[in-house]
This record gives sequence, C-alpha cells and structure tokens, in this order.
Amino acid sequence: MSSIVFDEIEKSYGATAVLKKVSLSIADGEFMTLLGPSGCGKSTLLRILAGLELQNAGTVSIGELPVDGIRPKGRDVAMVFQSYALYPHMTVGSNMGLPLRMRRLNAWQRLPVVGRLLPGTHATTRDIAAEVAKTAEALGIGHLLDRKPGQLSGGQRQRVAVGRAMVRHPAVFLMDEPLSNLDAKLRVQMRGEIKELHQRLGVTFVYVTHDQAEAMTLSDRVAVMLDGELLQVAPPQRIYADPDDRRVAEFIGSPKINMLEGIVQEHGRVAVAGATLNSAIGCTAGTAVSVGIRPEALHLDPHAGIESFTGSVRLVEHLGSDLFVHLDLAGQDTRLIARLLAERAPHISIGQTLHLASDPERILFFDANGHRIRRDHETRAASVAQLRELA
Amino acid sequence: MSVTRSGPAITADSRTVAPVPGRAARVMTRPPVVAAGQGLSAPAAIIRHAVLLITGVLILVPFVWMVSLSLKPPGEIFRASFSFFPQQWYAVQNYTRALTEAPLPQYMLNGFVVCAVILIVQILVCAPAAYALAKLEFKGRHLLFGLVLIGLLIPHQVLALPLFILGYQFGILNTYAALVFPFVVSPFGIFLFRQFFKAIPDDIVHAARLDGLSELAIVWRIMVPMALPAVIAFSIFSVVSHWNDLFWPLIAVRDENLMPPSLGIMAFKNEEAGNDYGPLMAASTLIVLPLAVAFIAAQRWFIEGLTTGAIK
Repeated sequence: MSSIVFDEIEKSYGATAVLKKVSLSIADGEFMTLLGPSGCGKSTLLRILAGLELQNAGTVSIGELPVDGIRPKGRDVAMVFQSYALYPHMTVGSNMGLPLRMRRLNAWQRLPVVGRLLPGTHATTRDIAAEVAKTAEALGIGHLLDRKPGQLSGGQRQRVAVGRAMVRHPAVFLMDEPLSNLDAKLRVQMRGEIKELHQRLGVTFVYVTHDQAEAMTLSDRVAVMLDGELLQVAPPQRIYADPDDRRVAEFIGSPKINMLEGIVQEHGRVAVAGATLNSAIGCTAGTAVSVGIRPEALHLDPHAGIESFTGSVRLVEHLGSDLFVHLDLAGQDTRLIARLLAERAPHISIGQTLHLASDPERILFFDANGHRIRRDHETRAASVAQLRELA
Repeated sequence: MSVTRSGPAITADSRTVAPVPGRAARVMTRPPVVAAGQGLSAPAAIIRHAVLLITGVLILVPFVWMVSLSLKPPGEIFRASFSFFPQQWYAVQNYTRALTEAPLPQYMLNGFVVCAVILIVQILVCAPAAYALAKLEFKGRHLLFGLVLIGLLIPHQVLALPLFILGYQFGILNTYAALVFPFVVSPFGIFLFRQFFKAIPDDIVHAARLDGLSELAIVWRIMVPMALPAVIAFSIFSVVSHWNDLFWPLIAVRDENLMPPSLGIMAFKNEEAGNDYGPLMAASTLIVLPLAVAFIAAQRWFIEGLTTGAIK
C-alpha cells in the first residue's frame, strides 16, 4: 500500500512562508497532480515528500507510516526531475542501473576493480543489466544504452529519466514538471505515455505541473495550489466546472474565465454589466459579487434580452472548429470573450453589435473574498460528489 | 517526429566525439584564434598579434636559452654572440654528466613520489570539503568558506616557521612526510572544487540521494567525475608547484636521498658544477621535461567540457 498523507505541512525559507498548513491525502494508485503557477510551493511539497527537503512542521506518511525521519533512499519513492538530472559522465545503461547497483550490491562489491572479483557481484551485475535492458526496451530506448546523455535528444533523455525511476519499481512515482523542457508535439506524445505508464504500473503518481492541460488530461484528481495554500482538490472536470474559489476558476481554463463585477438585487437577481441575471443565490440585496462565465458558456442571442450582454465585436480569432469573439461591452470598460462554434456563428465582423447570453446554470458567483456562492441545489450536488470521491 | 528530430543532434555530437582526442583538441583550439583575427580590422589584428608574440617570446626565452646552453661546451656558453645551436655539439657530455654526477634520477623519483602523494591526499581532503561547502546546508558554512578564502590569501612562507616547529614536534623532519604534510589541505583546491560543484545543479544531487547514494558516494561517483576539468586543472597546478618548490624542501629535508628535483639541482650546482653551466642546464632541462610532457598531454581536458548533457 502506498497511500500518501500530508498533515499540516508548513515550510518557510527565512521569513517567506512557502507552505501554509497544507493537508492532503492521496489514495493508493491514484494519479494526483499538484497544479499551480510557479512559486506556489508545489515543487517544495513534492521535495518534502521525497525527503529532499525537511518541513518546518507537520507530518508526511507514505503507506500509513510517518516518513519524516527517513532519508530519501529509504522512502521507496522515485522521482523524475524537470531537468532530468541524468549523470552526464555515465552511459544510459549506468544511469538506469545505478539505483539498482546501490541497493543490491554492498559497498565492497561496488568498488571499481576489487568489486568484480568478489563472489556474487557478477551474477547480480548481470541481473541488473538484464532488468535495465528490459525497462529500456519497454520505453523504446534499448538501442541507446551505451550512449551518454549528451548524445541524446530531449525526448530520449526524458525517457532515460523515466526509466531510471521505473527500473527499481518504487511504491510512489514523483514527477516534477517532467514535460516542460520538451517541444509542444513531443509533450503531447509523452503525456499519453505517462498516462499509459500509470495505468500499467498501477502505483501512486504525484505529478507537479503549471500546465493545466497536463493536469486535466492525466490526473485522477488535481490539487490546485496558490501561494502555499491548497485551494481545491477535486477531479479535473469538477475543478473546471465547479471551482470552490475565484482564483481556481481564473487559473484553470483558456482563454481565461470572464469575471464581471455585479450587485445583488431584489429576489436574488444580479445586475452585472448591463444585464440582469436570475441568479437564485441567497444573498441580501446590495451585496457585491463577482460573476464568472466561461467563454464556452456564452452563446449568441438573436434578440437583446434582459439576461444578455450587449457589446461591439473588437476581435475575432478563428481556431478552425471554434472562434473566440472579444466583445467590448456597451457602457462598460470590461471585455467579454466568448467561444462560439464556428458553424453557428458564420459571419461576425469587427464593430458589429452582438448579444450574448449564458445558460444560467453555468454562471459562477463568488463573494468579495473570492469564495464560491453556490445555489442550494449546487451545494447538495457538490457534497454528493465529494462523498462519492471519498468512498 | 522524435526520430527525425534526434537524427541531426546525434550526428552533430558524434562528429565532435569521434575523432582521436588529441586531434580533436587541436582542431577545436584553432578556430577561435582565426575568428579573433577575422573579427578585427587589420591594424588592430597586427597590434594584438604583436603583443601576444612579444609576451610569448619573453616567457619562452629563458627556457630556450636553458635548452641551448645544455647543448653547448663550456667555452661557448659565455661567448658574447648568441646562437641557439652550438658550433660544437656537447649535448651527450652535458647530459651524461647531469645524469651521473648527481643522483638526478633519485631526485626525480623523490619529486614524483612527493607530488603524487600530495595530489592524492589533497583531492581526498578537498573534494568532500568543497562538496560540503557547495551543497550542504549547515550552520557556519559561510564562516568556514570565509576561512578558506583567508587561507588562500596567506603566503606559504609566512607559515614556514610554525610548520617547521610542528614538523619537529612530530619528529618527522627530514622524511617524506615532512615534504607532504604542509600541503595536505589546499585552500585553493577547496575553493576551485567548490566553485565547480556549485555549478552542478542541485537536481543531480537530489537524484543521487534518491538513487541511494550516500553523501560520500555522491562526492566520488557524481561530483568529482563531473568536475573532472577542475580536478585536472588543479592537478596540474598542484604538481607544477610542488615539483618546482624549493622553499619548503630546503627547510624540511637535509638528506640528499629525499631531495626533490629543484633542491637537488641547487645541491648539484653548489657541490659539483661550480661554474660548469652546461651539465646544470642539462639537468634543469631533464627536470622540466616531465612537466612539459604532462601539461601537453592534459591540455585537452581544459577544452573538453564534461557537463554537457546533464541539463537540457
């Protein structure tokens, strides 16, 4: 079993608090992604899990055992680094074989010349070479075992780094932005391979990234971090459609979610940017709220209704299947971005006046502190979903 | 896609790696010189080359003179006119006398043993110390590094007297140990290695820890091999300075059988040669020879970077 529990982890460098009481549990075999902008503390959390850094307070457990006092090599975790961190003076084969040599050969057997003469060294070395070759074949780098890392391309180095982690069958795989040094095409390919690797090995993966596409496609659950705090931990589709926090809603999604400032009126209506939305949120009249509308939640409204936004087209971006329409709202200094299906919006020209409306169910409301204001039925649905995840 | 991408990268690499190392070094050293000349206007290039040439000549003249004198008979040495080649070849006589009249092979063996022991011990001490200063977090690290820098500033001569007394107390004066012990810890080595180790990314150290290497294993299996250019540069520095060292051996040993080359030469001059400079210069040439050969052999390591490929 290799479930992971972070319990109130705190970490600071000097006066800067990097992690503020972070608690997170990861189930055995789960693919958990720590997602956040650079400097949010996600890598630090991963390094604390690996034992490469020590937390100032809190406990880390792997497989229900606290590992706080245990050195990295005793934790049965393997890590793939952003820079790959291959040993440049060793061949690919030695790079991948090193973790096995360190574990299976004793100090005497590892000595350069004497070691080879000792009993058992030869057999163990042969076994290690066979395992390295097998892993390398599985990753498609079997023909590169005699090369040095400097002679490999970025994608090949990445595979070697994964192979070095894989070869010793760790209980937990840690990946720190492993794809960010690859070009876009290779990144998509390797993303698929990492997903397959997780399905094949079935062990726990903790994956750190700032790339939401990676987080969304790979993960069972995503933990969104910002400024050393966990904002939300949920499956990717819920992080996207049902964010707990304004910052989560703004971080996830491209183009960014439209955020408009509104005022609650009588009967739960919200006046925002010239429109009046039927929100059904239970706030008292006069409360300031932020209204979040994803670009794809907007659709063309042939007639100007009370719930629609009116403005002139500023910019149209064609993406083939979709197009992004940037709308300058009438009488406002905010801009609305809508993602429309290309065939539904055939001729939109710049300067044209458009009306856009949104499905009321897909509008998100946030209070002044950035917390989500849920409608009653949404609150119920969210708690049911959470219960299901726990089960 | 990945195959086509990797293709050119591999061929480019194999082109630089494949040739014989020595030749590769020569090929690699030449272009920058040409490029430097090309980048300048003609007068600037001429001035630059003139300055380089004059400096080079100033450095080489004593050396050339030494070799020239070692080939000449006594009569020609003090002649007013200078020619590199002697009118009468006297090389065999000079070199035979140099090798037979003084125990030159013994001096050179002493020099070799002392330099080797000093170098090995220095690396054994400096590498772990430099690793601790570069990569480990502990209280007083900056203070310790400051002390290393201070150590770098103190001339060896200042310490000669305390070291002599220390050697006397240990009872090791006039032994090989006396020649070695002041140089066991080299602040310069610690400083140089630390600078190199600092340039190695932390991720490599982290990866090594996760792979199960102990801290000392990280030093010897990862850091030192990756910092090989630094190790070789330091080795050249260390061997040259201790091979040529006259000051400390003069204080530490009196036994002719323990004398390193430079001290031996001095003894040779006083006792045997007198004003007979031919054999003296022959002996000097013989003593410089191993250094020159070693330096030329190790030169390519300065050029060949080893850290390529660790990090994209």
